[in-house]
Amino acid sequence: MPPAPAFADVTASDSTLRRFLHGLPGVDTVGLEARAASLGTRSIKTTSKAYAIDLAISMIDLTTLEGADTPGKVRALAAKAVHPDPTDRTTPRTAAVCVYPDMVATAKAGLAGTDVKVASVATAFPAGRAALDVKLADTRDAVAAGADEIDMVIDRGAFLAGHYLKVYEEIRAVKETCGEQARLKVIFETGELSTYDNIRRASWLGMIAGADFIKTSTGKVGVNATPANTLLMLEAVRDFRAQTGVQIGVKPAGGIRTTKDAIKFLVLVNETAGEDWLDNHWFRFGASSLLNDLLMQRQKLATGRYSGPDYVTVD
Amino acid sequence: MTKFEYAPAPESRSVVDIAPSYGLFIDGEFTEAADGTVFKTVSPASEEVLSEVARAGAEDVDRAVKAARRAFEKWSALPGAERAKYLFRIARIIQERSRELAVLETLDNGKPIRETRDADLPLVAAHFFYYAGWADKLDHAGYGANPRPLGVAGQVIPWNFPLLMLAWKIAPALATGNTVVLKPAETTPLSALFFADICRQAGLPKGVVNILPGYGDAGAALVEHPDVNKVAFTGSTAVGKAIARQVAGTGKKLTLELGGKGANIVFDDAPIDQAVEGIVTGIFFNQGQVCCAGSRLLVQESIQDELLDALKRRLSTLRLGDPLDKNTDIGAINSAEQLARITALAETGEAEGAERWSPACELPSSGFWFAPTLFTNVTQAHTVARDEIFGPVLSVLTFRTPDEAVAKANNSQYGLSAGIWTEKGSRILAVANKLRAGVVWANTFNKFDPTSPFGGYKESGFGREGGRHGLEAYLDVR
Amino acid sequence: MSDKTEQNRLSVFKTYKLYVGGKFPRSESGRVYEVQDSKGKWLANAPLSSRKDARDAVVAARKAFGGWSGATAYNRGQVLYRVAEMLEGRKGQFVHEVAHAEGLSKSRAAEIVEAAIDRWVWYAGWTDKIGQIVGGANPVAGPFFNLSTPEPTGVVAIVAPRESSFLGLVSVVAPVIATGNTAVVIASEKAPLPALSLGEVLATSDVPGGVVNVLSGRAAEIAAPLAAHQDVNALDLTGADAELARELEIAAADNLKRVLRPQAVDGEDFAADPGTHRLTAFLETKTVWHPTGSLGASGSSY
Repeated sequence: MPPAPAFADVTASDSTLRRFLHGLPGVDTVGLEARAASLGTRSIKTTSKAYAIDLAISMIDLTTLEGADTPGKVRALAAKAVHPDPTDRTTPRTAAVCVYPDMVATAKAGLAGTDVKVASVATAFPAGRAALDVKLADTRDAVAAGADEIDMVIDRGAFLAGHYLKVYEEIRAVKETCGEQARLKVIFETGELSTYDNIRRASWLGMIAGADFIKTSTGKVGVNATPANTLLMLEAVRDFRAQTGVQIGVKPAGGIRTTKDAIKFLVLVNETAGEDWLDNHWFRFGASSLLNDLLMQRQKLATGRYSGPDYVTVD
Repeated sequence: MTKFEYAPAPESRSVVDIAPSYGLFIDGEFTEAADGTVFKTVSPASEEVLSEVARAGAEDVDRAVKAARRAFEKWSALPGAERAKYLFRIARIIQERSRELAVLETLDNGKPIRETRDADLPLVAAHFFYYAGWADKLDHAGYGANPRPLGVAGQVIPWNFPLLMLAWKIAPALATGNTVVLKPAETTPLSALFFADICRQAGLPKGVVNILPGYGDAGAALVEHPDVNKVAFTGSTAVGKAIARQVAGTGKKLTLELGGKGANIVFDDAPIDQAVEGIVTGIFFNQGQVCCAGSRLLVQESIQDELLDALKRRLSTLRLGDPLDKNTDIGAINSAEQLARITALAETGEAEGAERWSPACELPSSGFWFAPTLFTNVTQAHTVARDEIFGPVLSVLTFRTPDEAVAKANNSQYGLSAGIWTEKGSRILAVANKLRAGVVWANTFNKFDPTSPFGGYKESGFGREGGRHGLEAYLDVR
Repeated sequence: MSDKTEQNRLSVFKTYKLYVGGKFPRSESGRVYEVQDSKGKWLANAPLSSRKDARDAVVAARKAFGGWSGATAYNRGQVLYRVAEMLEGRKGQFVHEVAHAEGLSKSRAAEIVEAAIDRWVWYAGWTDKIGQIVGGANPVAGPFFNLSTPEPTGVVAIVAPRESSFLGLVSVVAPVIATGNTAVVIASEKAPLPALSLGEVLATSDVPGGVVNVLSGRAAEIAAPLAAHQDVNALDLTGADAELARELEIAAADNLKRVLRPQAVDGEDFAADPGTHRLTAFLETKTVWHPTGSLGASGSSY
């Protein structure tokens, strides 16, 4: 697969790539966080809240990524994705169910006949510490089992060591393995990249390499999705489209547990990337417990009284 | 039709109870004006009359100054620690009543509740906290042992930050042992009158704080009063000059915080997304009715197009409308008079050939409104690059090199504020060194803190408010 | 505590406990000692802290240091002022305890408690001013920006005054935490009850757990491990006698703890203007250099 023509010279070598990534505008930490916090004070009420809750539900990649995952657990999750609130069939479905590669077939079966996608993490998730051929085999397994989406992790060690071309080539190789079947989400593990400048560089690196989505984190480290790092990635996809015409999705994952949080992220999307991204084809939440909170809030809007955890399903 | 409409989220008006009429606050009591005159204060967002307020005249000024003089002896003799505790009480009551005061300020001034709630009121309380702490520490402030207060302070404040400007004036004055007579602006008298009530709740001795709502004539009478020892004014440069003439030869101590035409300088290596936010904050905070607004954008020519595109895109997301709506970014202009002035200056800009741009933006049918406006193709010779507009109007100029940027930034009668945007630390410091401005923000803009001195160079006035430096204005340090 | 005015109702005694990491543990040793009033009458049992309690307190203080020193000075001022507010509401209790502890009349004890409340207010006002007094820009002879700012030293172990059980205690604790240090304080050995009660006030005053840790017991026994502790950064010896102070100072030299020595043999007058020396004793000065340079390579053309 040839690189996007606009970036052919950028990816010619490690040094050209470094020069490009380090030439991106800097990020001022205080200013970025202040902007994210300020958008967090938007007050979303009544009709706009109802819209936001349904939109958020439809954007969830309902996730289970545990060593203890079993077919039973995955089937339950699939059922939940299709009918999040069994008492209210108007509730939208989630966007996808996100599992490990060996659970893809089970998830696929549970979701048969619906438009809910199966996403699979791959490439030696979450650490990404394996040889490229192992990562590609991991990916091939998931794709062969029917995964619609692949959530890969980048090699943070290589990134932090400045071996940007290695990271780039890995992403391209995984993308090639995904073929036409699966959309590729590239996870940066922003908590390990540590600086906002790094997150901006990783975003561009991922986009140039052919990511369909850029994703904050695995949910397995201390700091996962935050309003600030997601805002920064939204700026990146906005600028990338302005420059290339190609639209890329964004997926914050981990740490988003409440309706209030989710709505803040939707405000970030609305006022940063714009409404073209207000669609589950372009924005996702990687979450598990978030769904039940959204459902309780949805019930509250419908009935006028606060719901409780006994009125949503535990899966 | 946008996908994600934000339903109105208005802050409740019922948290504030505005009386149909208010008196002057003299010697601890609310009282009518000697000649019985009153004036109406309106909500600039709706033109609704909020209340009728007694209008102070020269006789009332005299009464208030006498009350302040009587109170001075005991107040200044109180141990600093006791004065401190009064100010701490005031700070706490302001914190407790901040929601009420924020709504009140938004109603009377027209600025968004987001600003009064998140900026004005927290800063007001913090200012009283900070100066409360100084009251018993004046020996440590660097003005010699046991520095003395001046006496009665006459203070005249503007309408753009009514309660915050009151705090900037009253907190240091009281901490140092002065008593005050304060005249709020005629379009925004209410929060000062609510403050009078807070003084009563705090048990502040009578006469220590006197509030005289009124017009320019009351301000002039206060400045002129022979028994006033200190004059502090925040407002326009023209009035500031008139006050300086009035005070000349009287020995009254004077501090002036006047107009500005702040340059916001963006270099090609700036953190662009944050610079865009800083430009927006710099000129559209409080509808640009800010003396330290970054009303001149100086952008390095090499990134002009990219920056302006980003800025215009960002301006299109600004939400203008009901100031009480928590999602409103841009509120109403404070008065019909101010709106007329902004309108006239913007028309001058067009007439002189600058290119005018505003985002698509519907203005409410009643009240005083002005859409966020950009002028490009502006040069140093344009009126919109030289005169203070005091509204949401940004003039964009370009430069090629750092020294050109500095030369253009300094090429102004004013010298209040400036901004510098670059990721290069040494450039920030080199440029800051050369700027003739009292406050220089680097990679940020419009930041305020009670510990940080604020004030201007040149015709932006003299004296500093805030910080340790802010004490000097109210101490006899001659 | 016994109560002579008791009529028919039997009063409920308070179990005095340590205050460590925001919690109220008993001494790990399980020991207590008898606390008596000035006339030798039993007041209560107080925990007799061990070296392990001291160790736990240091761990708690270190854990709290990052958050507390990283809080804004304004925030710390608000918290200290909140302590004054809370104390004002519990004045009666402290007047009672101080009167018993120090053998004072109620009115004299009230004066002392009021002075202690005002002392919190005094230091609440210092949090955001001390840097403006002891820091500043230095006009170095070169194209450099040069700024010195004070920063807190770290974990400070305090031997509280022996006689002034409350005003003295507040006078040594408040300045340490005002600047962002965290404290392990050894209460007056013979009159520890006001100190232990202060812990209850701190716990309800927005002071984060671990910022102040209060231990009661034998000063010499607890102070020795603190003075030798490698994760303690400074030592206030106000309540140590000359002999103990010397011993502790020697131990403190091992990791060069900053040491504040007792002011006078006959004790410090805590009613006097406290000045700033207790604030500055536990500050480090950090000086930052940064080039300023000139605007361009070719000099100004304007």
